[in-house]
Order: sequence, then C-alpha cells, then structure tokens
Amino acid sequence: MSSNVRFTDFKSDKQPTWCPGCGDFGTMNGIMKALANSGTDPDNTFMVAGIGCSGKIGTYMHSYAIHGVHGRSLPVAAGVKLANPDLTVVAAGGDGDGYSIGAGHFIHAVRRNVDMAYTVMDNRIYGLTKGQASPTSREDFETSTTPDGPQQPPVNPLALSLAAGGTFIAQSFATDHKRHAEIVQEAIEHDGFGFVNVFSPCVTFNDVDTYDYFRDNLVDLADTDHDPTDYDAAKEKILDSSKEYEGIIYKDESSVSYEEKFGVDEDMSDIPSGAPDDAMDLVREFY
Amino acid sequence: MPADFNWAIGGEAGDGIDSTGKIFAQALSRAGRHVFTSKDFASRIRGGYTAYKVRTAIDPVQSVVDRLDVLIALTQRTIDENLDELHEGSVIIYDGDRSTMADVEIPEGMVGLDIPLKALAEEAGGAIMRNVVALGAACAVADFPIENLDSALQKRFGGKGEAIVENNKKAARAGLEYVHDEYDHEFDYDLETTDEDYVLINGDQAIGMGAIAAGCRFYAGYPITPATDVMEYLTGRIERYGGHVVQAEDELAAINLALGAARAGARSMTATSGPGIDLMTETFGLVATSETPLVIVDVMRSGPSTGMPTKQEQGDLNMMLYGGHGEIPRFVVAPTSIDECFWKTVEAFNFAEKYQVPVYVAADLAMAVTEQTFSPETFDMDEVEIDRGKVVDDDSIDEWLDEEGRFQPHALTDDGVSPRAFPGTEQGAHMSTGLEHDELGRRTEDRSMRVEQVDKRDRKVETAKQTEDFSPREFGDADSDTLILSWGSNEGALVEALDFLEEDGIDVRFLSVPYMFPRPDLTEEIEAADEVIVVECNATGQFANVVEHDTLTRVKRINKYDGVRFKADELADEIKATLDAEEVSA
Repeated sequence: MSSNVRFTDFKSDKQPTWCPGCGDFGTMNGIMKALANSGTDPDNTFMVAGIGCSGKIGTYMHSYAIHGVHGRSLPVAAGVKLANPDLTVVAAGGDGDGYSIGAGHFIHAVRRNVDMAYTVMDNRIYGLTKGQASPTSREDFETSTTPDGPQQPPVNPLALSLAAGGTFIAQSFATDHKRHAEIVQEAIEHDGFGFVNVFSPCVTFNDVDTYDYFRDNLVDLADTDHDPTDYDAAKEKILDSSKEYEGIIYKDESSVSYEEKFGVDEDMSDIPSGAPDDAMDLVREFY
Repeated sequence: MPADFNWAIGGEAGDGIDSTGKIFAQALSRAGRHVFTSKDFASRIRGGYTAYKVRTAIDPVQSVVDRLDVLIALTQRTIDENLDELHEGSVIIYDGDRSTMADVEIPEGMVGLDIPLKALAEEAGGAIMRNVVALGAACAVADFPIENLDSALQKRFGGKGEAIVENNKKAARAGLEYVHDEYDHEFDYDLETTDEDYVLINGDQAIGMGAIAAGCRFYAGYPITPATDVMEYLTGRIERYGGHVVQAEDELAAINLALGAARAGARSMTATSGPGIDLMTETFGLVATSETPLVIVDVMRSGPSTGMPTKQEQGDLNMMLYGGHGEIPRFVVAPTSIDECFWKTVEAFNFAEKYQVPVYVAADLAMAVTEQTFSPETFDMDEVEIDRGKVVDDDSIDEWLDEEGRFQPHALTDDGVSPRAFPGTEQGAHMSTGLEHDELGRRTEDRSMRVEQVDKRDRKVETAKQTEDFSPREFGDADSDTLILSWGSNEGALVEALDFLEEDGIDVRFLSVPYMFPRPDLTEEIEAADEVIVVECNATGQFANVVEHDTLTRVKRINKYDGVRFKADELADEIKATLDAEEVSA
C-alpha cells in the first residue's frame, strides 16, 4: 500500500447522476477521504454497494467493487472480507436497501461483527423510484404510496444495531465534511463491524428531513461529555427520539472481529494446482 | 442362496435407527463387503416411521432392490411398511416384551425371532444398547463374524471411552448367543468377508470432499434437508486447508456471502435444496452477469413448496436450466452416482473458473443420504486438476489495460472469457455489477455494447461445447435397438436393471447423462434406436422434454414421483412393460 494515496485516487472518471445538491455527494467524498486517511489504496479496497440512488456510489468511486442485488450488500461484503482479510471492505447503501429489504441481513451482520464498515445513506425516502416512504420516513410523511403517511413508527437503525450486539454505532451528516470523514474513518479502523448511519438529504423528494432541518437539530456528541464506551449512555442517546445525534454513539473497545474469533486470516485465492498434499486422509476417514 | 443380502432396521424416529444401521453398514464395509444403504425417514425428530436399509454383496452394489431378508422391527408398523419386500423365509427380529410389539403378527412363511432385546441390553450394562443386541442377533442369523461388528462399535463409541465400547461388544454377543441358544433354525445366509479395504461414503460427503480437493475455501449455507450434510462435512475440515464455513441467516445471505468470497478470488460454494434455490435465484442472475465463478449445489427433494422434504425427486431440472428473469448463461452438471458427486464437484469448480459462470451441481436426495462402498482409489486425489482459467497477476495484467490504463474485466474476447483480477492485484481495481456494463464493468445502456456483452457471455457456452467433453456414460449393449436415457441417481438402479433384463434375454443400451447444460447432442444415438425411454424421478418428464426438444422427436417415459427412488428389479419390470406395450400397440 502506498503512503501517498490521495482521496481523489478513489474517484472514478464517471460523473455522478445524483441530483444537484444530493447528500450522497458529501457522503461519498467523506468515504473516499476516510479510505485515503486510513492508509489503503484502490487496489486493496473493496466497495460493496446496494441498489437505489446510494447504490450508484461504487460506479463513481475507483476501487475493486460490486454493485449487487437490492438489500444484500452486507453478506457480499462479509464474503469478500473473509476470503481476503487483507482488504479494506466498505459496504454502502441506503435506508431502503439496508433497513427494509435488507433488514434481516443488517441484524445478522451486526451480530457477526466482521471487520468492515457499513455506511447507510439515510435520506428517509425512496429517491430512485421517485418518492415513496422508506422505513425511516416519519409516521405522518405523505408520499405517493402513503397519502396519509406510513402510519408506522420509523425504524431506529441505531437501536437495532445496539440490540443486535453492535460494537460500533455512529451517525454522521453528509455535508459536515470533516466530521463525517473522521467518523467513517473510525468505523473503517474499528476492529469489527463499523456502522455509520449518514444523514444524506434528498433535495428532490423529501422536504421535511432537509439540510436545514439537520443543521438546526443535530447535536454533535463531540461537543458534549458523551462517552462512547459507556453502554448505558449510548443506549440513552439512541432511544432519545427528541434529538438527532452526530458522532460516535457507541464503541465497544474490547470488540473482537469474526475473523479473529475464527482464525480466518488467509487469502483464500491462494490455492495449489491440485488437491491438498494430505487429501487422501479425507478419504481414509471413511474407512 | 442369493448373492446379495438385504437387511433393515425400522422403528420410530428417536429409536436410534440411523446410528444402528450405520454401525451395521460400517461392519460390513470393514469386513471387505460392498454395501449400499438407503433410508426411509420422516421430517421430524421423534416419532413416525423410519428405517435404515442395507444391501450387501461381495461384488459392488449400487441400488436397492425389492427384497428384504432380515428385518429388525422395533414397531409393528415397520413390518407393515415392508410387507412387499419381505418374502418366504425372511427373518424378523423383534422384542416381544416391548409394549408396541406385544401383539406382533409375523406374516405367514416368515421366521419371527422374539428376543428380549431390552432385558439383554440391561444385563450388558444399559437398555440403551438394545439395538446393538439386535445387531448381534442379526450376525447370528446372517452367519457374519461378530468381530467385524466390534471394529464398527469401536469407531462409533470409541470417543465415549473403552467401558462403553466393551459394554456394546457384550450386548452384541448377548444377542448372538441368544439366537444360537434359543433357535435351532437353519438360516440360509453366510456373509463371507474379504481382505478388501473400502470406504463408506454418502453423496453429500462426496460433494464436500470434492470441494476441498478442488480448492474450495469458502462455503456459506443455510441448513436444509437433504443438503445439510455438505455443510456439516465441511465444518471442521475445510479449516485445515485455510478455508471457512459460514452458517448464514438465510439462503439469500448464503449465496451473497459465497458471491463475495468468489469476487475476492476464493473458490466458493453454497449448497441447498429446491426452496433455497428459489431464494437464491435473483442473485444467481447477478453471479452470471458479473461473470463470477460460483458453484451452487441443489440436492433435490420432493416439491413444490415444502413438498415431501425427506423424499426423493428430480423436480428442479427446469429451474436449474431456466430459473431467473432474463437470459442467464449457466452450467448444470448432474452427478450420476455417489463417487461422481466427488468428481463432478471438482469439475464444476473448473468450469466455474474457466468460463466465469455459475455452475449448478444437480444432486438428489437418493444419492445424497445414501452410503455406498468404494475402494479408496476411486477418489484418487492425484487425479484432481485445478484450472483457474484466465487469472491475471501484477505483471500479466498489462495486456488487459485500455489506453487509459484501466483494467477490462469484461473485455470482448473471441472465446467469450475475459481476464480476471483478484482484489489486491495492482492496477486491477474495477467495478462489477448486475447492470449491463461495458468492458470496464461500468453501467451502460449503449445498444451495441449491450448486444456485444450478451453475445460474449453466450459465447462462453459455445467455447465450452467445443473444448470440454460432455459425453454421456455408456452402459449395456451399444448395438441394441432400445435406448434408455436417464440422469442423476437413477444410474445405479438402471445398471443393475440391465442385468435383470439380460436374464430375460432383453439387451438395451443405456446412456447416463451427467451434463444437463451444456449437454451432449444425442441426435445420432436416438436416431439409431427404435425405442427411446427416458427414466427420471419426476411427473412431467423434465429431461425427456429437453431430449425431445433437442432431437425433434418423441420418447417414451418412465416417471416416478411417489417420493421413493427406483429399485433395480422394479425398474426392469417397468422397462419390460413399456416395451411390451409398444409391441401390443404395434
């Protein structure tokens, strides 16, 4: 890995088709900065993207990457990491991808605690299909498919993560560039599943959860006496629906990654040109 | 005296039927006898009828037959379920003291041996060993040296301590001696032993062993009957070779985990049964479009929906050939026997990487849960060759960079196969996607590039047809006017059915087809035959339909979909009936 990697090395020559002003620009720039600052380079980085506006991120970045099927980015990312633990693996998707169709995988990815980062571009709306309610939409948020609002409480992804045994739970804001990049970098460097819910406003279809709303309501935990290693304090913040928090909410410093627990430390692409030397032992077991 | 001997133990799930049957099969195998086992089992942990059957002979056996010589019956239902297979002189071992057997009815002409299995077991050290007492009794009936049972007991119970092993040996001898002391009946069996060393293995295990031999290092799966044995086999073994097994939260995760590992360069696999394939199908399209090498095992069971989860069927061929939206290039390899489960898995990994495609291994329940004996050389590991296809490294990547120095993972090549760079390869960073893409792997809706990429992917199939040997396996009389075609686990029963037919003066040619796609062109063979019969375990004749489509002809069909595999003698009768019907109508 080269030490003079710049964040622009992670940028592809494809121009994003996101709407002007979309939060995903800031989210992506922060991820690229975090990757560069963490010391990896494009040839040793693997991005896994979901489906939706957010899923286009892999196309606009330069690294090894896969843009998979809707909602399944987390198992793909875990497979990549376990097969080659030397790689830096980041999964990125949206709130629909991660908390609706992929919600089942989210909980189990948190439990599994594979050493990777997961950044969710949460805009509280389905943008690519032009404005339907997402699992994080407000209860009274009117959309084409929910004219009276979803009438269901929004998913609290931070709480889901905590309940599933999350070891790194954070939240950031796409246009708060420096903080966002710092938080994602910490998620990448965390020894386990580094989860960051990123407020990434949709300027076209969501006129409620706007830049202004977040600017006015975000509380940066760095400006408080919050201790992210204090589980109870983290729980309190996560369940506090009166505020929106930015920062590292919870971090288990004794986290042991899945790979370490299971001793998965080899590059599995490296195999012999025939059966393993002692493979006849496998046959003899059946005597 | 017949050359083969057919034995079974039956009772309720939870009675230890499976482990008892396995001990007997192991004892026979270790005595240098060939063994073929089959199981009747229910999808429940306790209760219901379950049986473990063993067919054994000095010569290789590869099918079950409609005959039972010795039956250990723990319930009356065991006798009722097997009435068709029991014959005059069959021996039924039971414990008349057991409440369920108090009113036992031994059918006319059969020999009932009422043995106090539980009481003898208690004397030997515990009631739990009553099945082992019955095994000892079976040794007496079959004139099978009981020392062979000892070694199987050692293998089964050795981990629990010598005292347990010794008690079991004692229990077995109590059963043996009881028969010798209490019955002066002359039994018509003499199970000879040989010095041959055999291994006893089932299809799921053979698939798992083939995967490790082929360099598979990553497996992700979700438990499902009858594929779970593959995961259980790999767990604890693949780690010795630097690999890992993940038990996923569902089949969606399983195939995506496996896909991720494959993108990272691992030889990667998942195994499931029909319902799991349903769930995996969306990602299957992604695997094919992103040109990711992946092996997906479908151990078929009776469907649709939950169907009969513990019963045999070959009902997923259409799904493997056609499943998924859009048009998906794929390979479908179908092992025809337990040893072929090993070799076809090895081949599947080579196909996957050489052609960068998803490869289905189409196995079925009848071969997956059946154990069969083989000489160890059947699985000669020196014969395993690994071909990783067009993998580039830091040096060879240069010729695949475009003028701007970008790697082209979907380069348009003559053979349709593009270069592959594992993550970590310098200058290899690239995008893969389920979207239609250009040579760089980037999304495109350009009309000509769309057509070129579709053609490129399809070209891989054409290349394989020209490069690989997709021949069927040939049995019987090559000059016969009657041609039998089949696939999957029916091969063993058919090969033995040929012997029955030959005894009746009927010679047939049998082609067992292990490649469903790409598959052999059988036009010539079919045109050379007067009669073509396609044999398979499904109702609609999925393979027969494919054959008719390929060769523009009509074939006769023998279909079985009652959940039970074909038996050799039954199949011979069916073939005769089909041929006779033809004569009558002619």
